[in-house]
Amino acid sequence: MVQLKVKDVTFSYARVPVLKDVRLEVATKEILGVLGPNGAGKSTLLKCIDRILSPQKGCISLDGLDITKMSRIELAKKIGYIPQSISHVFSATVFDTVLMGRRPHLGWRTSEKDTEAVLETLQMLHIEDLAMRDVNELSGGQMQKVFIARALTQEPDLLLLDEPTSNLDIRHQLEVMHTIKSIVRKKGISAIMAIHDLNLAARYADRIIMMHNGTIFSDGDPAYVLTRENIKRVYGVDAEVNYNDGRPYIVPLKPVKHDEGGSG
Amino acid sequence: MARSEAIQGNGTKSEEIRAQYKKFIGRKILFIFSSIILIVITAGISATLGSYSISVVEVYSILWHGLFQNPETTKEIVVWDLRLPRILLGILAGIGLAIAGTAMQGVVRNPLASPYTLGIASAAGFGAAVAILLGAGFVTGQYLIIANAFIFALLSSFIIYGLSRRKGATPETMILAGIALMYLFSAMTGILQYFGEAEAVKEVVFWMFGSLGRATWDKLFFVFVILAICVPILMSKSWDLNTLGAGDESAKSLGVNVEQTRVVCFTLASLVTAGIICFTGTIGFIGLVAPHMCRMVIGGDNRYLIPASGLFGAALLLGADTVARTIIAPTILPVGLITAFMGVPLFLYLILRRRGEYW
Repeated sequence: MVQLKVKDVTFSYARVPVLKDVRLEVATKEILGVLGPNGAGKSTLLKCIDRILSPQKGCISLDGLDITKMSRIELAKKIGYIPQSISHVFSATVFDTVLMGRRPHLGWRTSEKDTEAVLETLQMLHIEDLAMRDVNELSGGQMQKVFIARALTQEPDLLLLDEPTSNLDIRHQLEVMHTIKSIVRKKGISAIMAIHDLNLAARYADRIIMMHNGTIFSDGDPAYVLTRENIKRVYGVDAEVNYNDGRPYIVPLKPVKHDEGGSG
Repeated sequence: MARSEAIQGNGTKSEEIRAQYKKFIGRKILFIFSSIILIVITAGISATLGSYSISVVEVYSILWHGLFQNPETTKEIVVWDLRLPRILLGILAGIGLAIAGTAMQGVVRNPLASPYTLGIASAAGFGAAVAILLGAGFVTGQYLIIANAFIFALLSSFIIYGLSRRKGATPETMILAGIALMYLFSAMTGILQYFGEAEAVKEVVFWMFGSLGRATWDKLFFVFVILAICVPILMSKSWDLNTLGAGDESAKSLGVNVEQTRVVCFTLASLVTAGIICFTGTIGFIGLVAPHMCRMVIGGDNRYLIPASGLFGAALLLGADTVARTIIAPTILPVGLITAFMGVPLFLYLILRRRGEYW
């Protein structure tokens, strides 16, 4: 079990602040959904946690260790990151792409153990049939699974997913979310995922943070965070919130006029 | 019962993938060995061609005996001191340019990059022009042109290195800076040529064409040393180059120091290119065509792609030089002209045949 602490993190692109004094702790084996409108800082937060971006202020630590003091390899053994969009310029087979996840563990040559890890992960995600296909030829849902597989072969304690369901049809959205949930349970790891779909978040996340203009507006279990009032304030949307098995589900109604509040 | 069947089913599937992957790797290794054989054959043919006729069998026998005693007969001298250096320079230049091209394509994540993308060729050309037209340079004597070309070529990479230190080593920064430098050095060479003597200007133009005719054992040794240092390091970076292909964010998350990898690889690729073209002049297209042809056959995994395109590039350049020496014999054309003529149709063919966006 990994313990992530984000303390007073501030990040700006050029001079525009995207994250402002963000504080967050993730400790249990949980799925944390990160919600918020476009530009709220969801992706930026994930990138800061994996040191793809370096915050100007604040400190991020994993198990009490400042991530800026860790080597990239050490970090890659603890955190697996699945970017939002992936463009491969050159062709690569699915097998080789997933094998890249072994990069933090290996030298120039791959060992039997690495091959074993790749095969096992392909099997777990039910994508063995794709093994020798070119990643550039896959559909969005297949590709998303391949990149989840790549991150899993890193054997991380924490998965970061940047909008894993964007561009997927409804069946693949559910498949991918299901996959993530079962992996988190099976491997006893944690996952943080930025997500746009409030209902998917409500259904699959154990805990949700809702971001607004670079700060965390609300933090708690789905029923606590996904209220009419919060959705109105953060998204500027009037919505109906109903409950099903204790989990909220949201029916968005209409955008709120600017003077009534909202994200502006 | 059903459960054990399921496990067995998965087991055979894994075995199947394992076998397929093994075959996939086997094909790459086969390609690499075929390229080596192609080099040996082309070299043999190339050594027989020329104004002094020597048969293939004789060539190999002379080469074999020459290993144990100094060349004495005219045939032996022709083979050992005239043809062999040229052939070996062709092989080394082919290896170097093709590998530099493969590395540059990986570094800037752009299949259209070549060893010359960062303006290195026009910088070397300017260095040579300064030496030929002004007689000025960093050393004197017979190595004036070579040293100038080498130093100016490296100068252009240092400028790009400096820029990427300030602005971050992104493909965009590097390509834009490379284009700017290319125009700058071309313009400066243009000014020198505009005011230069006709004969000297002609010499500059000839230098730039790219030829293996200036090969000697001393020069070979220098090129060999540069390759022997740079190529193994580049090959050791092949995993990291692979991850760069998946995007900077993915590469970073996989534990790769992206900026450092870029800087190291482009510096080595530049060093290799500079070390070759300072002796040969600019030989185009090898660094573009060889990696692409190899990618089509064996895929984009740099662990195999780098050696494969190096060896294939060597065979290609040697073949081009053989054509250059014979097509309008006794006149010997500069190989740089032939590679362009061979490269363009080959390239168009590849474009027509491609499956994806690139291959």
